[in-house]
Amino acid sequence: MSNVITRTANNVWDWVNARAPALMPMYRKHMSEYYAPKNFNFWYYFGSLALLVLVNQIVTGIFLTMQFKPSAAEAFASVEYIMRDVEWGWLIRYMHSTGASLFFIVVYLHMFRGLMYGSYQKPRELVWLLGMVIYLVLMAEAFMGYVLPWGQMSFWGAKVIISLFGAIPVVGNGLTEWIMGDYIPSDATLNRFFALHVIALPLVLLLLVVLHLGALHEVGSNNPEGVDIKHGPKGNRWSPTAPADGIPFHPYYTVKDIFGTGFFLAIAAFIIFFAPTFGGWFLEHDNFTAANPMVTPEHIKPVWYFTPYYAMLRVVPSFFGIKLWGVLVMFGAIVLLFLVPWLDKSKVKSYRSRGPLSWTMLAIFVVSFLWLMKIGAGPGTDPVEAIIGRVLTFLYYAFFITMPVWTKIDRTKPVPERVTMHD
Amino acid sequence: MTKFAFRLLPALLAGLFAAAPALAEETAGLMHAGTDLGDQASLQRGAQLFMNNCSGCHSLQYLRYSRMASDLGLTEQEVMDNLNFTGGKIGDQVHVALTEDQAKQFFGKMPPDLSLIARVRGTDWIYTYLKSFYLDETRPLGWNNKLFPNASMPNPLWEMQGLQQPVYGKAEAGGDRPVEKLVLATPGSQTPAQFDQSVRDITAFLEYAGEPAALKRQSLGVWVVLFLAFFTFLAWLLKKEFWKDVH
Repeated sequence: MSNVITRTANNVWDWVNARAPALMPMYRKHMSEYYAPKNFNFWYYFGSLALLVLVNQIVTGIFLTMQFKPSAAEAFASVEYIMRDVEWGWLIRYMHSTGASLFFIVVYLHMFRGLMYGSYQKPRELVWLLGMVIYLVLMAEAFMGYVLPWGQMSFWGAKVIISLFGAIPVVGNGLTEWIMGDYIPSDATLNRFFALHVIALPLVLLLLVVLHLGALHEVGSNNPEGVDIKHGPKGNRWSPTAPADGIPFHPYYTVKDIFGTGFFLAIAAFIIFFAPTFGGWFLEHDNFTAANPMVTPEHIKPVWYFTPYYAMLRVVPSFFGIKLWGVLVMFGAIVLLFLVPWLDKSKVKSYRSRGPLSWTMLAIFVVSFLWLMKIGAGPGTDPVEAIIGRVLTFLYYAFFITMPVWTKIDRTKPVPERVTMHD
Repeated sequence: MTKFAFRLLPALLAGLFAAAPALAEETAGLMHAGTDLGDQASLQRGAQLFMNNCSGCHSLQYLRYSRMASDLGLTEQEVMDNLNFTGGKIGDQVHVALTEDQAKQFFGKMPPDLSLIARVRGTDWIYTYLKSFYLDETRPLGWNNKLFPNASMPNPLWEMQGLQQPVYGKAEAGGDRPVEKLVLATPGSQTPAQFDQSVRDITAFLEYAGEPAALKRQSLGVWVVLFLAFFTFLAWLLKKEFWKDVH
């Protein structure tokens, strides 16, 4: 009997392979014969975790779509319907809302890893650029998703963010009307954001993720030491031509990522079941009030993952009667991230081989980003805080703009010949 | 590094558990509600108090009577006989008999729906608000509220609480005299301790009404987190086994 099953399975397998001969080579290229450096550390979990959260968002999103009503009159009540009357609807919704915040947590840690180990340097510029486009699309996706429940913060957040485009000279006003399909966020806006959130942007995201991984697998992964294993000695247990310091992604990193997945899911489950609003950080208190264009909330602020940029927008004053500066500074802060591969002039990749100057600059960057995050989440009424915010914005910019200088003059340590294991 | 991560998990989870109460956000000037969603008797009393004293004006437009019956351990008959004053069916949500026109006439505006009030304001706010009514003859209905000055709502619980009189502090330049504290001038049908419990019960009921899933998500969550912690442990053993030969 088992003989019959084995034979049938083999026959089917051969049948498929004869008709799709590229299948196994692709599997080998990306999994069993993709040689990754063996010294990946804690920071290398977040790539696979980002993929995991993306899948979670898509799957839970599909189920939410089945009950959600994308109209200004029904959206808010349909979300409460999901929370109360749909079987397990509350769990699906909390998985989706918590997933959104966790997506940004893992993506920020993933980006920081790239920054810290110089993973954007030649030949991985394209990997970094594609990653940055993913970040940009993810921000648009998150923003539009936040509008859908049609609570007070959905409405007023949308109003503030969309009106930013109104600061653009000449075309500004026409542009905001074109985006909203109305003069204020309305039924038309909600309906089109729904379309973009559930189909257009997810398709773009998936395509970009495939390209991001494809670009990575062409050049190979960096590692904490910044050692280029492709140019090191050759030959390992699996292949005489593969890098000596590389191990096959499957099964070594798949099994390691399963461990990381369990770890991450335990934390995610804790939040979902015990603190789903996360004290108003993941689901904001004001968004449990239905959108009301006649009542402006006391404090309008975006969700935490946008607050560093929102803080910049708020603290930059208008010069010469032009309000555009804050908007420019805000968008510029994201544009700068794209340029990192060309701003870094260091001979070495990883900060492990760099001197105290680089570490200081990196620390300044991290502190300014986190502090701006805190300022952006606050009411923004404290004038002292506005001055601190300006200093932090300046430091954020200084990190990038002076990068060609301090990466060049900072002393470096020699990059090790071989990777070292710390396990 | 994996070992480090492995030691990190219990630490992080313990940290999250410890931080959970702090995540509930303390706001200055509010009394602690001290509600307990696990106390079904408290929720039942809260439901009864709400339906008798509040539901004349305030709807719970997202909460169904049937849902309330099964969640609070009551039979449908009990709910229909004792808690349904609107003539709604068992599957209906809690609507009010008060019309918009009447409300405008009585209070100047329609009293808000309270389905989600606990999620918007928090339980401490509701608890404090319900205990902060005082007599003020300058107001149209003779009532004012220390937490929410000039609220149009009269004290619905005055028979239980009794009547509170304000003690005014010194007026700041150009301003009204601030209410420093409230004293119970005329006792009500309940002692202050009994009344606190009644307000706590109403608050707990509104907390439940804001998120019925809260009753079960924590008890379920314990098992999910334990399972995932165990799964992570197994995955770690598996990883160790696979990585034995990587040096």
